[in-house]
Amino acid sequence: MPIMNMIEAINNALHLSFERDPDVVAFGEDSGYYGGVFRATKGLQEKYGTERCFDAPICEQGIAGFAFGLALYGLKPVAEIQFSDYMYPAFDQIVNEIAKSRYRSGGQWPVPMVIRTPYGGGINGGLYHSQSPESFYTHAPGIKIVIPSDPYEAKGLLLASIKDQNPVLFFEPKKIYRSSKADVPTDYYEIPLSKARIAKEGSQVTLIGWGAIHHVNMDAAKLAEKEGISIEVIDLRTIIPYDIETLDASVKKTGRCVIVHEAPRTSGFGAELSATLHERNMLHLHAPIQRMTGWDTHYPFSFDYEYYPNPKRILWAIKQTLEF
Amino acid sequence: MAKAPKLPVHQILDENGELLKGASVPDMPKEDIVELFKTILKVRVIDSRMFKMQRQGRIAFYMATQGEEATHVGTAYALKPQDWMFPQYREHGAAFVRGLTLQQFINQIFGNSGDLNKGRQMPMHWGSRNLNLVTISSPLGTQIPQCAGAAYAMKIKKKDSVALAFFGEGTTSEGDFHAGLNFAGVYKAPAIFFCRNNGWAISTPFHRQTAAENIAVKAVAYGIEGVRVDGNDLFAVIDIVRQARERAVKGNGPTLIEALTYRLSSHSTSDDPSAYRSEEKDDGPWKLKEPAVRLRKFLGNQGLWSMKEEQDWEKACEKELLDAIKVAENTPKPEMDALFEDIFDELPWNLREQKSQLITFLKNEGKR
Repeated sequence: MPIMNMIEAINNALHLSFERDPDVVAFGEDSGYYGGVFRATKGLQEKYGTERCFDAPICEQGIAGFAFGLALYGLKPVAEIQFSDYMYPAFDQIVNEIAKSRYRSGGQWPVPMVIRTPYGGGINGGLYHSQSPESFYTHAPGIKIVIPSDPYEAKGLLLASIKDQNPVLFFEPKKIYRSSKADVPTDYYEIPLSKARIAKEGSQVTLIGWGAIHHVNMDAAKLAEKEGISIEVIDLRTIIPYDIETLDASVKKTGRCVIVHEAPRTSGFGAELSATLHERNMLHLHAPIQRMTGWDTHYPFSFDYEYYPNPKRILWAIKQTLEF
Repeated sequence: MAKAPKLPVHQILDENGELLKGASVPDMPKEDIVELFKTILKVRVIDSRMFKMQRQGRIAFYMATQGEEATHVGTAYALKPQDWMFPQYREHGAAFVRGLTLQQFINQIFGNSGDLNKGRQMPMHWGSRNLNLVTISSPLGTQIPQCAGAAYAMKIKKKDSVALAFFGEGTTSEGDFHAGLNFAGVYKAPAIFFCRNNGWAISTPFHRQTAAENIAVKAVAYGIEGVRVDGNDLFAVIDIVRQARERAVKGNGPTLIEALTYRLSSHSTSDDPSAYRSEEKDDGPWKLKEPAVRLRKFLGNQGLWSMKEEQDWEKACEKELLDAIKVAENTPKPEMDALFEDIFDELPWNLREQKSQLITFLKNEGKR
């Protein structure tokens, strides 16, 4: 099995889906001839032609609206928004159109599609190349949201997203595009959506995260183990609709929970998870669920270390729940 | 200031119902002209009755199309059944020409169980997958890049079809207008962008929407064809849409059509035009140019139509409409399940739980 980084795994998934289904098309800014600024669509135009893999004008609302039309007609678009920080011009098309088409037409006009976009910080990107905007989209019924944490995950989840019959926002943690490596089978495989992964079993505290943060959580769990604390680490994988069964079972078992994400705390997706897990598991909890997140600031260029949740901060939150 | 190219306004039938010198009726059977005129009359009967129904509190909302009927009735006639239409909301004549039944249209307004949308949208948001009528959404202009996308899909699937988006001149100020025309231009998609320039975006007049001399010149900047047509002239509309269709399916790219017309009705039942325009000064001249007026004269001159026939037809339309309203009023609303369905292809756990909560509440209230 070859070792791939996340970009190679995503590229491999796109090549496989192009090969298997002639209705799959990919486009976005610089996606065609150049193969994308991160090279996710590399080689697709060369192999499958300009009709199926092409450059888009620099216009995010156009990319989303155009993808809507392609999907409506029966193609399977995999559109790329170059950075999730630049997705807001497409917000109306995503929230008012893509998310609502199936519902508002009584099921007549579903628009299954994938919008891929790199997200997240830790790359010296400052305010406009570091955002984690996933929670904005969780508030719009009708869109699935998937965030992979490593190359193996990225390939299987992307292939499942492309096959899914609903619109999927696929947020890719660009911080670990190249640094995360894994054994990735070259064959087609899917990782089912809406199934969380217990990456490490443990008994005292449930630690929930997704994307690049998952690795920080794993490091935090190691620190905790050194101090004799047993941590169960969950990689959420699908943000919407998320795997409540796995979360409930883990929290019932441990009685303690810390949720970690890069996005600001207020109205971040941790807030939703925390509320829901409290509502459902109140009598099993030994302490309030903690959130360790980005601060309620913009993403700061010169304060990456201070902003980005790190293992020590997560350990501190873990201890808060244990010492409650 | 850059000089915009002079674009002529295509016209075939003048305001007196006479053919312009050298102009001829588009190739179509005479019976079809009569049928299209009858559709225009039918739309007027529906608009007038539904407006009153809203005032009586029997329906929530309505939008009439008086004065603009030829733009959409003519366009739908010029297209083929495999062509897709992305309407905005003031084009129900196109739906009837394409084959949406009056009962389906009325059911949508009532949001009952006969509504293809399962009662999910306010009135005037019709659509039908079977008829290639993309279901209407309220945000303005979103359909324009969508239309470009569908047209591109038709192109790479090598279909003999086009996608057409309707919108008003106000919508051309939206970013999606720019996005859609630019994408369609770059990809030479077989798309037609049909702008009903009816003079008013609710209360805002044309010159407050753009400093451009007209809408069609905007096509120049996108490298696509831009044409102007008398939108109250059914024949000219049919002719110009046919030309645009031909251009598109031959691989010569999209066309922006600017149809000059006038919104004689209010924007919607929620609007009061007397607050911003004068019926006599602003509307008056356009009443003489209405599509129905000139078609009536033309057909009368040809011996194809009489006032007696018109009276009989309007009576028949009124009866069909009242019957449809009666059926719609007596059709129950959709099952409660429809509230939760179609968010995704399957109900996720949160919707299953919320649905069961609602059922409990309804049971407690004796409503289920």
